[in-house]
Amino acid sequence: MNASITATRSAAPATTAISVSGLVKTFGRTRALDGLDLEVATGEVHGFLGPNGAGKSTTLRILLGLLRADTGTARLLGADPWHDAVALHRRLAYVPGDVELWPNLTGGEAIDLLARLRGGLDPKKRAELIERFDLDPTKKGRSYSKGNRQKVAIIAALASDAELLLLDEPTAGLDPLMEVVFQDVIVQAKAQGRTVLLSSHILSQVEKLCDRVSIVRLGKIVQSGTLGEMRHLTRTTIEAEIDLPGTSAGASSEVAGLADLPGVHDLVTEGDRVRFAVDGAHLDAAVRRLSGLGLRSLVSHPPTLEELMLRHYGDELSERGHAPSGPGPNAPGTSDPAAAAQGGSAAAQLPDQAGQSTDSATEGGSR
Amino acid sequence: MSTVTDATPRTGAVHQESRPAGTALAGTGTLFLFALRRDRVRLPVWVLAVVFLTLSTVQKATDMAPDDPDKAADMVKTLSGPAMLAMTGPEHYLSHFTPASMLSLLMLGYGAILAGLMSVLTVVRHTRADEESNIAELVRSGVVGRHATLTAALATAATANVVLGLLLAGTLPAAGLDGATAGGAVLYGAALTVIGLVLAGVAAVTVQLSAHTRAASGLALSVLGAAYALRAAGDVGTEAVSWLSPIGWIQRAYPFADNRWWPLLPALALAVGTAAAGYVLSTRRDVGAGLLPPRQGSPGASAALSHPLGFAVRLHRGLFVGFGAALLLLGAMYGSLLGDVDDMLKDLDDIREALAETGGSLVESFASMVMLVVVVVASLFVVMAALRLRSEETAGRVESLLATGLSRSRWVGSHLVAALVGGTLVLLLGALGLGLAGAASTGDGSLATQLVGGGLAYAPALWVTGGFAVLLFGWAPRATAFAWAVPVYGFVVGYLGKLLDLPAWLNNFSPFGHVPQLPAEEMRWTPMVLLTLVAAALVAAGLAGFRARDLETK
Repeated sequence: MNASITATRSAAPATTAISVSGLVKTFGRTRALDGLDLEVATGEVHGFLGPNGAGKSTTLRILLGLLRADTGTARLLGADPWHDAVALHRRLAYVPGDVELWPNLTGGEAIDLLARLRGGLDPKKRAELIERFDLDPTKKGRSYSKGNRQKVAIIAALASDAELLLLDEPTAGLDPLMEVVFQDVIVQAKAQGRTVLLSSHILSQVEKLCDRVSIVRLGKIVQSGTLGEMRHLTRTTIEAEIDLPGTSAGASSEVAGLADLPGVHDLVTEGDRVRFAVDGAHLDAAVRRLSGLGLRSLVSHPPTLEELMLRHYGDELSERGHAPSGPGPNAPGTSDPAAAAQGGSAAAQLPDQAGQSTDSATEGGSR
Repeated sequence: MSTVTDATPRTGAVHQESRPAGTALAGTGTLFLFALRRDRVRLPVWVLAVVFLTLSTVQKATDMAPDDPDKAADMVKTLSGPAMLAMTGPEHYLSHFTPASMLSLLMLGYGAILAGLMSVLTVVRHTRADEESNIAELVRSGVVGRHATLTAALATAATANVVLGLLLAGTLPAAGLDGATAGGAVLYGAALTVIGLVLAGVAAVTVQLSAHTRAASGLALSVLGAAYALRAAGDVGTEAVSWLSPIGWIQRAYPFADNRWWPLLPALALAVGTAAAGYVLSTRRDVGAGLLPPRQGSPGASAALSHPLGFAVRLHRGLFVGFGAALLLLGAMYGSLLGDVDDMLKDLDDIREALAETGGSLVESFASMVMLVVVVVASLFVVMAALRLRSEETAGRVESLLATGLSRSRWVGSHLVAALVGGTLVLLLGALGLGLAGAASTGDGSLATQLVGGGLAYAPALWVTGGFAVLLFGWAPRATAFAWAVPVYGFVVGYLGKLLDLPAWLNNFSPFGHVPQLPAEEMRWTPMVLLTLVAAALVAAGLAGFRARDLETK
């Protein structure tokens, strides 16, 4: 019984909190959403990534029934976000990316107003959050800074017992200390079993908090899955020190042979040091070849979320005259080659789709 | 030492000696020119508007001082009534009964208000408003002295006021006004320049006090309002009270009458004194901060505030109080004139004819006519309050609200109740002021109830005005400004139309045109019911439109 439940969960989400398919929304000539699909399972923290103008806020506003989609379907907690807006809003809380407050209302009044219109708030939790976020609730809205306005909305949302949190770049304008508090609070919310859709472009935040991630570009989801799965679909950077006896021509050609392996890119040799990037599917073969060269040390950088993003947006950057930085040498985090190699083979079987999370995949990316 | 530095001006000693004076004002010239450039449309419009307004009353001033001794005696009697003096100036002008002197009596007080308003807004805009929007931080980080911004702002306001004075001094003698001597015109212009400087000085103080633009200009404008109220009280009662008001001082220069300059001196001293106080106070505060501590508010919301209606009422409260007080006063002012209507209108045949069309006694028809003014002002409140829906939407504040359990209909409904009930109450206050003051000035007690009833008869027309605004909000949110067309059209056709002999059928397009003009006309119930139904239909249609459209977000 227990086992069968786990099995279903791993194959597909047991229940879906948000289910969106083929969403299209145009504003005049701008096509803000162009057939967007999104699945968020109940109880997960889902990262919604993309730069400004990619369609993140538009999607959230459609989910809130503030905008009406041109075509496509959206289901939220099993209901229609446009027709059942009010009933749904009692079960969810929303933090906009740009919080505007009433100039002559205090922050405390705004918190109460927003929370009570949703159906009440827990006064203890409200006091605790005000304390943790270090907010002065007696100041008028007009005298709050951007960060403090953001806190007001965050507190109003989190002091409620909403089962779904829709957060649109919630920490824009918060200082790093408050960012830590925010992440803490989201971890707590997750532990309580709440579902969170977190739109963000702070990648470290997403890396820390999110179970799954969807990357949106030009109104479409270009990739969706766990971070682990995504990492194996992109290149890993390998830096190795190899034992080259002398400068024999044979050894050099061995190194040069690396470049001919399928999936190896950007090979650079400096003395006895070799650096290259390799597609996840070909990691195994490349490391095998290296180990035949008298491997002395090996460092591998799994792609960061930044690199994942750049992979999808690189062409856009180069159009604007910036060189797309591929898997760079500054990537943080290293993993031992064995785990990476193992993950690589798993990734090779993974088609470009989410939901088929495997143990090895998650492990490979968690470092 | 000094001879050495004089001879070699490039030594460091000169630099150091000149620092105290020079650095505090560094950059003033640039900021002043920049301020003039920023205001290159605004200030000329202000100045020209005051000049044209003054010149446009030349004909009226000429009518007020007729050659015929009998008519003149009647006019003096009318003008010396307390209500008239409260609205104009000191009675002494009437002892120099020339058209030019009448222009001073009529326009110097209003001119002072306009020049003062211009000065306050200019000084606040270039000091506190820039500080609040953080522009000042950027400017002050450059090579800009501590006193440069205030000096540039005061210089900008002074320039506008001097130009205003010069234009009036130059144009008044050429405007065909009897008795307008060149010397009097210069004094008239100087009087307005000086009062403008006084208010610039007052604003220089208030911008140091509050950290908020609205509070700073509000404080300065309440000084202006108090000055006007004091002079009105003094001109009606004890003259000593007028001497407490700078507007009272400049009116006592009596341009085109006694032509005396010395009353401008205390005003000039006040201007210099307040400006100096502004400089001193500015050194005691930080950039961006005010001297008055920011007021703390409630850390939580009351139960009433958490209800949509309570919340809407809170948002509309300030506007409601302002309009309510203004309409009560406006009504009382018109009402106090009702007793003198027969005398006042004796010679103004045009108005008598226009009033005669309505029927009823002269007092009744005059009351119905000024009631329309009260109604139009009340409808301005209704439009403003209804358009709050739109401004809340474009300011991005509705998004958070509508993401809660609040439905679109309830949100619109709460604001609409505030707008329509509030508008009806504001109208009632205006009618009450008119009725009570009218009953007092005519000695006819029944006029009070008649006029309150007559005012309330306009309520359904007000609701139509609000309904039209909601219709636009629902279906054409970007065109909501057209909601202003209803009060403007209603005023032009209903009020001016009678004077200008516009065809009566134009009134059919105005909701106010269908309301029986009590007490001059008989009550008719059919239009009242129909107007209410139209209002309900407009609201329903607007709501349907809003429920079907996208919310506009930032």
